[in-house]
Amino acid sequence: MTAPLDVSGSAPETPPESVLEGAGGKSITGRSLGQIAWSRLKRDKVAMAGAGIVILLILMAIFAPAIVGLLGHPPQRFHEDLTDPNTGVPIGAFGGMSWDFLFGLEPRNGRDLFSRVVYGARISLLIAFLATLVSVVIGTLMGVVAGYFGGWVDTLIGRTMDIFLAFPLLVFAIALVGAIPDTAFGLTGDSLRIALLVFIIGFFNWPYIGRIIRGQTLSLREREFVDAARSLGARWPHIIFRELLPNLMAPILIYATLLIPSNILFESALSFLGVGVRPPTPTWGGMLADAVRFFTLPHFAIFPGMAIFITVLSFNLFGDGLRDAFDPRTR
Amino acid sequence: MITYIIRRLIGAVIMLVIVSIVTFAIFFLVPRLVGATPESMASRYAGRTATAETQHLIAQRLGFYDPMPVQYGRFVKGLVVGAEYDTGTSVEKCPAPCFGYSYLTQQPVWPDLVDRSRVTFSLGVGAAVIWVIAGVATGVISALRRRSFFDRAAMGIALAGVSMPVFFTGMISLVFFSYYLGWTVPGGTYVDFTVDPFQWAYSLILPWVTLAFLFAAGYARLTRAGMLETMNEDYIRTARAKGLPERTVVVKHGLRAALTPIVTIFGLDFGLLLGGAVLTESTFSLNGLGKYAIEAIVSNDLPKVMGVTLLTAVFVVIANLIVDLLYAVVDPRVRLA
Repeated sequence: MTAPLDVSGSAPETPPESVLEGAGGKSITGRSLGQIAWSRLKRDKVAMAGAGIVILLILMAIFAPAIVGLLGHPPQRFHEDLTDPNTGVPIGAFGGMSWDFLFGLEPRNGRDLFSRVVYGARISLLIAFLATLVSVVIGTLMGVVAGYFGGWVDTLIGRTMDIFLAFPLLVFAIALVGAIPDTAFGLTGDSLRIALLVFIIGFFNWPYIGRIIRGQTLSLREREFVDAARSLGARWPHIIFRELLPNLMAPILIYATLLIPSNILFESALSFLGVGVRPPTPTWGGMLADAVRFFTLPHFAIFPGMAIFITVLSFNLFGDGLRDAFDPRTR
Repeated sequence: MITYIIRRLIGAVIMLVIVSIVTFAIFFLVPRLVGATPESMASRYAGRTATAETQHLIAQRLGFYDPMPVQYGRFVKGLVVGAEYDTGTSVEKCPAPCFGYSYLTQQPVWPDLVDRSRVTFSLGVGAAVIWVIAGVATGVISALRRRSFFDRAAMGIALAGVSMPVFFTGMISLVFFSYYLGWTVPGGTYVDFTVDPFQWAYSLILPWVTLAFLFAAGYARLTRAGMLETMNEDYIRTARAKGLPERTVVVKHGLRAALTPIVTIFGLDFGLLLGGAVLTESTFSLNGLGKYAIEAIVSNDLPKVMGVTLLTAVFVVIANLIVDLLYAVVDPRVRLA
């Protein structure tokens, strides 16, 4: 007698899909969560527009020298002859805007605003990406470990996150950046400042990702496939890296995308307060800080301000779209 | 309920101890590890021109030669019961809470902190009232009228709001409303509440709205997401099936559950804000704790920076404690636990 569940002997000759295949002309294949999300994301026009602008901005940052060579003047070149010697105001309407100077000139020393905004994208994006990477690596590791092991490990990591969240990060970051001398860790100038900002921004932001990953791990830990892996004798490194992490890729991707814009804002805030990458290297925050002294010339503030706004907004639009694509309930 | 409160209180005290250790370590221990000597730390008080002998004397007087745990103990003692410094000619009393003396002015830091926190409190409380009301109301309406014109417009504005740095919106609104239209006062104006409550509100309205806009945008997005989730719960259907009026269902059943995460985040945001809205205060030239910290950092006046850091952490811990207690009111499950 054959057991009801034993189908090996009586497997149907044709798989059930083939019937539908003939009817619809299209084969039915299993789709992974990623594929489903991607097809949803493709239909989300706003998110795709955000992604498009993000790609354009990245290209702009990479090819900044070429763009500036074509459409502007070198970012450090002074054009004092084009500003009023007494007031420092650029000659011409709207801060000296023309085909030659697309965004006008800086007051006083007359540097090309367009090329400074284009070059500013390099610092902002570089720091934001690298800092996000730092946060994601620390946050994911801490979150998975806390969620998987629980007990005193969880308590220790959880309390550490609480302390991080309870500190005035901005004041701290400023104090730290300000306290480091001009030469340290074998680096000088811009590369030292960039490394420092990446480390500080990344290091202070990991608890946000860590909390989310911990929560996700807590629910994943109880799932059958983890039990199965454990009962097959898998040790914890295998379970964490081969079973849990692949299933955490969606939240990691989503919150990394949403962390980039907040890091751009953080970097611009530090530059605005004068502790970011040092002048004369152009940064958007630093340009806004310069603009404070010339507040009667709004064009000076609007271009770097809008650059921050558009960059952050595009990342947010894409990140929101990504989250909705993976979890459409809260749309 | 009582055990819950006691547990939370103990947790808050432990947090404060850890925070004080971390702050002490960063400002006193780390410099020593990086290579500062007791004399070089004392020279901050004595000025650059002081002789090695004076530096040694000051370092001795301030106890920089003692082992680190002893110094930490004195630091905590100063915070709790006050401290006494022997200046050579007389004994200077630094009443509790003693946050130390400024390197530059030789004045105690605590009175400065009290003075500056008036501005920061005024800014923070006013902004918080605006952003909580505006943010939560917008989020609830958006969630109830999902995909309507209001929802799309409000969420569009909210997304723009979280995408703009506060110093940019502040600058633009200052130029527009104060410089061009003349509706509000220029930056740097602050009238104390005790002097004239009306002028107080008038001088702060622009910073309030600017700061609140940023937070309201985030809170509207959070509230909307939370409401959408809770309004799909089974108990909402049950409440409706019981025949409760829609208003009761939305406010008492839906919003109450959706508020829990928002209360948590509010505690953190508000606590941090009371420790100084660095960017807003800089943009509007308000002499609050945030601007005080920035000025102190620029002039390398570490005791002031330490004071602000520690005070902020205390605010956050207290705010979190209040939030935990509010939890017991908002979320009945906590009371049972």
